[in-house]
Amino acid sequence: MQFAPHTDDDVREMLAVLGMSSVAELFDQIPEDVRLGRDLDIPLGLSEMELVADLRGLAARNRHTDDLVCFAGGGAYDHYVPAVVWALAGRSELYTSYTPYQPEVSQGILQALFEYQSLICDLTSLDVSNASLYDGATALVEAVNMARHATRRSRVLVSETVDPRYWATLRTYGRGTGYQPEPLLADVAGGTSSNPSRPEIGDDVAAVVIQHPNVFGNLEPARELFDAAHAAGARTIQVFDPLSLGVLAPPGDLGADIAVAEGQPLGNHLAYGGPYLGIIAARMQDVRRMPGRIAGETVDVDGTTGYVLTLQAREQHIRREKATSNICTNQTLMAVAATIYLGWLGPKGLEELGRQSHAKAAYAAERLSSLSGVDLAFPDTPFFKEFAVRTEREPDAVQRGLIDAGYLAGPVCEVGPQGRDGRVLLVAVTERRTREEIDAFVKAFEEACS
Amino acid sequence: MSAGAVGAPVRRTGPPVPSTLRSLSRPGRRASMLPPLDVPEAEITPDHRRSGSVDLPEVAERDLVSHFTRLSQRNYGVDTGFYPLGSCSMKYNPKVAEQVAALPGMQRLHPWQPDSTIQGALELLWRLERALCEITGMHRATLQPPAGASGELTGLLIMRAYHTKQGDPRTKILIPDAAHGTNPASVTLSGYTPVKVPADGRGLVDLEALHRLTDDQVAGLMLTNPNTLGLFEVDIADITKTVHDAGGLVYYDGANLNAVLGKARPGDMGFDIVHINTHKTFATPHGGGGPGAGPVAVVERLEPFLPAPLVKQADESDGGRGFEWDRDRPDAIGRVHGWNGNFGILVRAYAYVFGHGRDGLKEVGERAVLNANYLAALVRDAYPLAYPDGRPMHEFVSTAKPLRRHGVRAMDVAKRLIDLGFHPSTVYFPLVVEEAMMVEPTETESKETLDAFAEAMSQVAREAEQDPDLLHEAPVTTPVRRLDEARAARDLRLTWSMGGGAAGSKAGAGVVAEPSADAAGEQPTA
Repeated sequence: MQFAPHTDDDVREMLAVLGMSSVAELFDQIPEDVRLGRDLDIPLGLSEMELVADLRGLAARNRHTDDLVCFAGGGAYDHYVPAVVWALAGRSELYTSYTPYQPEVSQGILQALFEYQSLICDLTSLDVSNASLYDGATALVEAVNMARHATRRSRVLVSETVDPRYWATLRTYGRGTGYQPEPLLADVAGGTSSNPSRPEIGDDVAAVVIQHPNVFGNLEPARELFDAAHAAGARTIQVFDPLSLGVLAPPGDLGADIAVAEGQPLGNHLAYGGPYLGIIAARMQDVRRMPGRIAGETVDVDGTTGYVLTLQAREQHIRREKATSNICTNQTLMAVAATIYLGWLGPKGLEELGRQSHAKAAYAAERLSSLSGVDLAFPDTPFFKEFAVRTEREPDAVQRGLIDAGYLAGPVCEVGPQGRDGRVLLVAVTERRTREEIDAFVKAFEEACS
Repeated sequence: MSAGAVGAPVRRTGPPVPSTLRSLSRPGRRASMLPPLDVPEAEITPDHRRSGSVDLPEVAERDLVSHFTRLSQRNYGVDTGFYPLGSCSMKYNPKVAEQVAALPGMQRLHPWQPDSTIQGALELLWRLERALCEITGMHRATLQPPAGASGELTGLLIMRAYHTKQGDPRTKILIPDAAHGTNPASVTLSGYTPVKVPADGRGLVDLEALHRLTDDQVAGLMLTNPNTLGLFEVDIADITKTVHDAGGLVYYDGANLNAVLGKARPGDMGFDIVHINTHKTFATPHGGGGPGAGPVAVVERLEPFLPAPLVKQADESDGGRGFEWDRDRPDAIGRVHGWNGNFGILVRAYAYVFGHGRDGLKEVGERAVLNANYLAALVRDAYPLAYPDGRPMHEFVSTAKPLRRHGVRAMDVAKRLIDLGFHPSTVYFPLVVEEAMMVEPTETESKETLDAFAEAMSQVAREAEQDPDLLHEAPVTTPVRRLDEARAARDLRLTWSMGGGAAGSKAGAGVVAEPSADAAGEQPTA
């Protein structure tokens, strides 16, 4: 493949203008001792046909969710992606553009981002959203940074029932900014302990982070925890599931000051973990602490409504080392896809999707718990679309057996610090799964457990 | 050929005030339909239930499609035409990369799938990592960082981990004064303090200043090469040695890697850590602001600190040559992304790298540098090079300063170029050059396109003298004309609930914010 259009005559004419006789002269200034005096050790280029064959060969060695019936969750979900989403987000005027630095020729992206921000605020009952971050875990890092700046405090309390990937990501970035997340204890019911005295939330705590629904799919006592955090003057941060909000109370109503989410369920393909998008929304009090791009409405010189990137004085290209974040490239195209998806879904679709996912998960949980050697890990705790099961057989072996039978479940997740309370297998059920598929999955599960 | 014939002109399309999803909404309309529920209903417990429905727009699918089709018509992409945005390498994005990334065996992999079910994906990542290490002259790479700035922070955290392990964490990072804003911002987030290194009269790192500033508290230096002025740092071996001699590490910001593909490698220049912007060098589409991918490659002594996990080829004694994630990496800095990076983007980068191969990649660098030098030669009379004695590599920095005597600024030139059918260059970056216009044509543009753009630049320079108001009033062919950015930052309308959207009234209702430093038309854009 080569996309440079130069003919030999073009090259000669262009070099003549430069007073040169060879392309090599253009590189004369690179000192001999740092020049690569050989060809790169990479195979010769391929024709498009050969390249497609190579990638088809690699793809054929992957199982995928058209082939395995997907009951896997753990932060990424097999929700239906309607045809309109990528038919529109895939329009190349949108996907081949750069960050909208010239707003007059970027109104498509800018207005789509404005609508994205509006929809995220409608969903979360919060005031402001940015134009996206990388993913849910890095969105939580940014939320914690906002909380630490806002409160001028340093400690960060994170529930033990927050996804371990989020914990790991916080630990990494916390080493740079000078904190390490500390655990808020979970109780045996698989939720964050809501002991009302909560002595651990002191007046040095910047942020209290919970995930609701949590890593096990369980619903948390969010209001009580947020009330306790507010009483101590901390910012409250909720990791949420955007597709739960047709049926579950939104973060803003629960008392979250900042809400973050993995945006993948909103019309984005599973794509082995990315590109997804990080959603972040907050109250107006923190608008100037928000990270990254924000689109805003304004007017042009004729008074015509238009959109620009705004509040740029927060950002790295203006504020440099004092910026609220280092983010530059974000996940705009995924935010556009989310916008189209939410436009397709509408309020009734969102509610129905939540209702169906929950009902199907409840049905699957009931069926699975009737099997011998299988128990719900937290039988008394309400969940949304995902739940944890304990199996007498090693959960990894159960997972492998399910794959052999054509089903994907998981991940396998530890309970308690360092897995003190054992390991469970997560099962997620979206609106895509039919009763027939669930029944067959239960049967395969029974066989995988024996 | 007349100016503007190559770049497709952007014309006003649709109504002057566009619809929004909110203004299209009518109660009872919908696009989505789910199959009937085939299991028993289950109640959400009342204390968790949402009261009332979400106030989302209600639109028909046909209207949704028109809406976003119209929005796309109000947007300019690489597929629309020439996009010489300096520092961004906006080259043609191959269609085949989109096609292979959409193969079900690539697009529909769940991130929690066990390694045994994703052998093709792991091998792809392994081969891509090996190729990126060969291209950069490094030992191993993480593909986890989802963007360039994320790669920078990853690299800096690796530096911190390395120095901490040596028992000497240090405090400072040196960066050139012309550096991209993400560099100092990433430095702060890594817990270091940025220290500016000035450029000398050549537009290159001032060696004397570098020697003066390099002490035992310097953890490292961040640099692009070619640098932010588009010039090759000819003293690079001295520069990296100076920092190494003081115990520091040297970081290569890969923003300008396109210039040296197959010609020179950061590793051979003495760099220790390299990030690559796949959305620049390897043509993965930038999506209007993202996604990107920012792999970070390092020399052997830094391998232990790379984020976990890394792909490894399984031991042959374990039965075969399969691939697996190596999670057992005790000195790793941890996770920098919740998953394993932007896999779908890495598939596209793989297609670009292996599609081009060693011959194609070398030609990419050569043609990119040829195009930039040719275009610079055509425009430098009207727009002098900021450093006229240096030879540009893949991009050049001109200045529109001569036009100031006509009351014309670089931004006016940019806006007039839009009317002539081109996306403008980067303007006002780097900050150290007055009225900077940073032009990066990339290798995929033809001589005719470059000629037409140069003619448009010349035309604008003539117009600046004869009819400067033509420039001040530009653009006039676009769906909106110059927008009031100061008002956007003062009278905040960030959502339709804040009074924004066509449904909102023309005045009032916005949230009035405190005065801010935003000033229309003065932002550097790189």
